[in-house]
Amino acid sequence: MTEYTPVLVLAAISGAFAVFSVLIAPLTGPKRYNRAKVDSYECGIEPTPQAAGGGRVPVKYFITAMLFIVFDVEIIFLYPFAVEFDLLGWFGIVEMLLFIATVFVAYVYVWRRGGLEWD
Amino acid sequence: MSAVSVQAIVGAAPSPIEAPDVDYATISPLLIILGAAVLGVLVEAFVPRAYRFVTQIAVAVVGVVAAFVATVVVGAGLDTVDGEVTGRGGPTAMGSLSVDGPAVVTWAMLLFFGLLGVLLFAERRLDGGLSAFTSQASTPPGSADERHATRLRIEHSEVFPLAMFALGGMMFFASANDLLGMFVALEVLSLPLYLMCGLARRRRLLSQEAAMKYFLLGAFSSAFFLYGIAMVYGYAGSFGLAEISTAVSSQIGGQNLLLAGMALILVGLLFKVAAVPFHAWTPDVYQGAPTPVTAFMAAGTKAAAFVAMLRIFFVAFGGARWDWAPAVWAIAIITMLFGAIASIAQTDVKRMLAYSSIAHAGFLLVGMAGLTSGDGVTSVSAVLFYLVAYGAAAIGAFAVVTLVRDAGGETTHLGRWAGLGKESPVLAVAFTIFLLSFAGIPLTGGFISKWSVFAAAWDGGAWPLVVVGVVASALALFFYIRVVVLLFFAPPQGDGPTVAVPSPLTWSVVAITVAVTIVLGVLPGPLLDLVQQAGAFVR
Repeated sequence: MTEYTPVLVLAAISGAFAVFSVLIAPLTGPKRYNRAKVDSYECGIEPTPQAAGGGRVPVKYFITAMLFIVFDVEIIFLYPFAVEFDLLGWFGIVEMLLFIATVFVAYVYVWRRGGLEWD
Repeated sequence: MSAVSVQAIVGAAPSPIEAPDVDYATISPLLIILGAAVLGVLVEAFVPRAYRFVTQIAVAVVGVVAAFVATVVVGAGLDTVDGEVTGRGGPTAMGSLSVDGPAVVTWAMLLFFGLLGVLLFAERRLDGGLSAFTSQASTPPGSADERHATRLRIEHSEVFPLAMFALGGMMFFASANDLLGMFVALEVLSLPLYLMCGLARRRRLLSQEAAMKYFLLGAFSSAFFLYGIAMVYGYAGSFGLAEISTAVSSQIGGQNLLLAGMALILVGLLFKVAAVPFHAWTPDVYQGAPTPVTAFMAAGTKAAAFVAMLRIFFVAFGGARWDWAPAVWAIAIITMLFGAIASIAQTDVKRMLAYSSIAHAGFLLVGMAGLTSGDGVTSVSAVLFYLVAYGAAAIGAFAVVTLVRDAGGETTHLGRWAGLGKESPVLAVAFTIFLLSFAGIPLTGGFISKWSVFAAAWDGGAWPLVVVGVVASALALFFYIRVVVLLFFAPPQGDGPTVAVPSPLTWSVVAITVAVTIVLGVLPGPLLDLVQQAGAFVR
């Protein structure tokens, strides 16, 4: 049981922090309401009203976020490799280069098809 | 873990990790298909718009054919393994893939389905020079934006690399030898399919609704599968099927964890094969998806998921078969009966084929429940044969659906199909052959495949399932015959159905699938020998 004590302590601290943050924010924070603040949360698009005729909504922010995730996931795999890159030798280097190349293919696709142009 | 041992680990000098020994020649079919998919993405990026569609077809066809040749070479070179049961080949890439007889046969089958699918995707003569896929899914149909896109010849050609990724995932799924690899494969095959379901040019909202439903229920079933994997890992301490099998037969630890894990994994896989009560997505998705995608999906997903299910439950959980077999029995019975009865009430051709697909999942489960191995018809060989015969007939039937059209695109209401026999006798005869194969009439592949799964089940003592299977077949036969009567003897409604004139692509798909269906019914020997020589799974 003793080996789980740090886990329980950490859980208690994070729980206490969450409760503390929620309770302290309305007490100490300024209250300035505006239109954006009372809107429901959507990533970069206006939740209402719908575009005229049910047509297109801008997805610029969405494309940028997707591209970010591609590189984010790449870094998740690169980071542990970079810390101990010598343990796997040449095999690891070649595998990692292949991995980076395939991620780069996705990037090239987005770049060539205009995903990086904001307007 | 105490503080002392943590320090001991941190303080130790890191020893080099042994590089895995990967036999690239053995897994070359998989690498070729995934390579073709990546190449397809680059084609999208660099080839000018006018040549893109044709280039994509070429890349996909060359990739599939090359992978098929590689599969044949790999299959011919598999070593025979003598154990309790005869097998061929074995694990490779540090045990993460098992390239054995059933895996190679499934690869060849999936590549065959993939080639037929690509030929259907490439059809552009049916809709005035446009493919079945919308170029801009967000433009309202018939709007000025869409006419503009059509005039500029903006076409959707990403469907080919997406299909290649899905095909690669299916091949990986059928040969993965550990649960983690299986989960990755499941996602690689599912994600492109979710997307492809929403790409229809005609009836776009129905198609997008289908994609959404498929995605939500598919993600739900993936979560079940993953939770089951976590529990089985907790029980066995490993993801490898061989290690899990050892743990199961030595009965270590609490059995409750194993039972819960097996149940969750079974639920996740039964979602994918569309067995009752996890079938609810099937009719909506099969109806809404573009028909070429439905054809590819109906044949490919079912084949990959069934082989993966057999591999997990025969290899890893073989020692606990008396715990899971009753569940498979129950699900097989309700799936066969529900699929047969529900298809009677359908008025839409695509929904009718979807319910028929559900019923066929039940028949395949009968083969699995037989649990027979050794000489003669085994459960694995019966299921493999069934998957080839069913897949070919399903792709053919959906190919026929793409050809019966009116002004609004495909006309799928069954009433509008009345009198097809007068309008296009060739097409009506082809559809009849597929229906008779679904029903299991002699001289079609469906008869031999039903006979082989029933034989496997009978030998394994699952005779109640065989009795229910025969009853369900008789029920379904009534419905299929009714459709055949409708095609040939019912008076046409109004002007009757119009049959579009396709390019040789769709015609060759119909011709090939008719030929396969009849050859498997008249001369099943070569394929039966092949699936029996493939032997058992090797872990």
